[in-house]
Amino acid sequence: MASEALLFYAFAAATVIGAIIVVAQRNPVYSLMSLVGSFFGLCGLYVLLEAPFLAVVQIIVYAGAIMVLFLFVVMVLNVPREDAAEWDRSHPLFRPMAMRVGAALALLLTVELGWALSRTPGLTAPIGEDRPAVSSMAELGRVLFTEYMFAFEVTSILIIAAMVGAVVLSRKRDD
Amino acid sequence: MIPLGHYLILSGLLFAIGASGVFLRRNVLTLLMSVEIMLNAVNLAFVAFGRQLGEVDGQIITFFVMTVAAAEAAVGLALVIGLFRHRESLNPEAFTSLKW
Amino acid sequence: MGAIVETLTSPMLIGYLVVVSIVFVGLQLMAAVMVYAERKVAAFMQQRYGPYLVGPRGLLQPVADILKLFFKEELRPKAADAFLFSLAPIISVATAYLAFAPVPFGAPTDFFGLLPEKIPLMVADVDVGVLVIFAVASMGVYGIVLAGWASNSKYSLLGGLRSSAQMISYELAYGMALATVVMLAGSMSLREIVDQQQGYWFGFIPKWYIFPQLLGFFVFACAGVAETNRAPFDFPEAEQELVAGYHTEYSSMRFAMFFMAEYINMVTVSAVATNLFLGGWHGPFIPPEFGWIWFVIKLAALLFAYLWLRWTLPRFRYDQLMAFGWKVLLPLATLNLLLTAAGILYFGL
Repeated sequence: MASEALLFYAFAAATVIGAIIVVAQRNPVYSLMSLVGSFFGLCGLYVLLEAPFLAVVQIIVYAGAIMVLFLFVVMVLNVPREDAAEWDRSHPLFRPMAMRVGAALALLLTVELGWALSRTPGLTAPIGEDRPAVSSMAELGRVLFTEYMFAFEVTSILIIAAMVGAVVLSRKRDD
Repeated sequence: MIPLGHYLILSGLLFAIGASGVFLRRNVLTLLMSVEIMLNAVNLAFVAFGRQLGEVDGQIITFFVMTVAAAEAAVGLALVIGLFRHRESLNPEAFTSLKW
Repeated sequence: MGAIVETLTSPMLIGYLVVVSIVFVGLQLMAAVMVYAERKVAAFMQQRYGPYLVGPRGLLQPVADILKLFFKEELRPKAADAFLFSLAPIISVATAYLAFAPVPFGAPTDFFGLLPEKIPLMVADVDVGVLVIFAVASMGVYGIVLAGWASNSKYSLLGGLRSSAQMISYELAYGMALATVVMLAGSMSLREIVDQQQGYWFGFIPKWYIFPQLLGFFVFACAGVAETNRAPFDFPEAEQELVAGYHTEYSSMRFAMFFMAEYINMVTVSAVATNLFLGGWHGPFIPPEFGWIWFVIKLAALLFAYLWLRWTLPRFRYDQLMAFGWKVLLPLATLNLLLTAAGILYFGL
């Protein structure tokens, strides 16, 4: 349906423009808020891909927790705006021209990816039209707790390790 | 209806933007944010493929990637705070004492 | 063109628009009513009269308040970040309204035969309604933290950081209490959770989730009051401590937006608690089409409890607040989760 294509382009535009502003903006708080906007675009894309649980979890985890953490660090450290004159021009790899070429190469990679995709068959049909989407949370939970049980438990240990690590690393040294 | 190719191009574009952010920005916080953009691009690719194949595994893997990204952001930011206390600068070029 | 007109004037669409406007206007009216109720209840608890000059029994006091806020001067500190300073109250108010979207306030109805089929009385009947409320609550933190940062004043920054740290800490217990109810109900859609609470045990005890989940209700109530920055958890905006916390530098309409956002958040938390624990719109003696009357009664009872708490209990100090959230409420919520899971496995609740 045309409305679905419209929604896709709207959300995709929000995501890409948000990402570009993150990279281009000097003020760290502005780039943070732009990243949050980009995450909302991604949330919309996940809903279009019939993954509503993942869309909401994206907002809860990324936009609501990780970005707030970033915002706290920005405020606590009172991060100044980046000054272009601080760039160290002495090392040849840090010359601005070299960095711009690197970024241009990254974008060239995308163009190549688009060209390769246009040569691949089977990518022009509407996504997943021959198979039904699995969006029920019962199914998600069932697979998570049976097939991926080990990864789930290891992830919980990882989170505890990260929590302890974050507390220890940011403690003030009272030597 | 949106073909799979559109989602993949979008994912690649986001990845490239994140990568260029890592190259271009001289502020470790923005660096970490660009890494988050790259991780999100990968998430999008996973979910798109999951939908294409009608499997739920795409969403599960994305779930794990999000969790790991959260843990990584927490530890990374703690390191940034520690670094800032040491050198009073967020420019990655201020921490070059181990370079040749 | 004809097809567009036909869809625009179809009864279902009009029905949906009516429901959405009921929610929107209703929330604003509730905010105004809460302004008046707070002052009257506070007055009666303190053995004085409260507002009684404006209109009969002071009923037009909220109108006077809103007019006053309209005509005040809009100030902005010179060093404040203009864009973020204006954005923060917008985020606060938008998330406050958005949080009410998945909350149903009555049984599915067809407006006494005006519509071809029944529509649920909620803005968005999503399958993940409970998670959406949680997500919007975590977005609400941004309004506060940006307000604190953008004002460029020490009281605002301290108040903003403390308030957002408090909200984030209590979100964990909030989420666990929500998860426990979801486990009991087997669904994340609020309408289905309310539907599970129909009927009676032994003929006279209603099957509300507050009875098997008393601890869960306590956890949810504490976390909800802390999430909305209301007493006794309102240290970050207490007048004696931080001038006014994160909204110190705000005046006129921007302050009105924060003010309204706080009251609407209160209404949303009470509405969610009503739906999750008190059976939503189910109640005796009233036919199901008028279930929203019971909903409003229960909502009013919970809002009164909010006001009662504010004007009876002393305020928590900030470190006591954080200690309570992390060291008391979170373990209690986890314990509740485990006990509920065990109960479901062994007793088939």
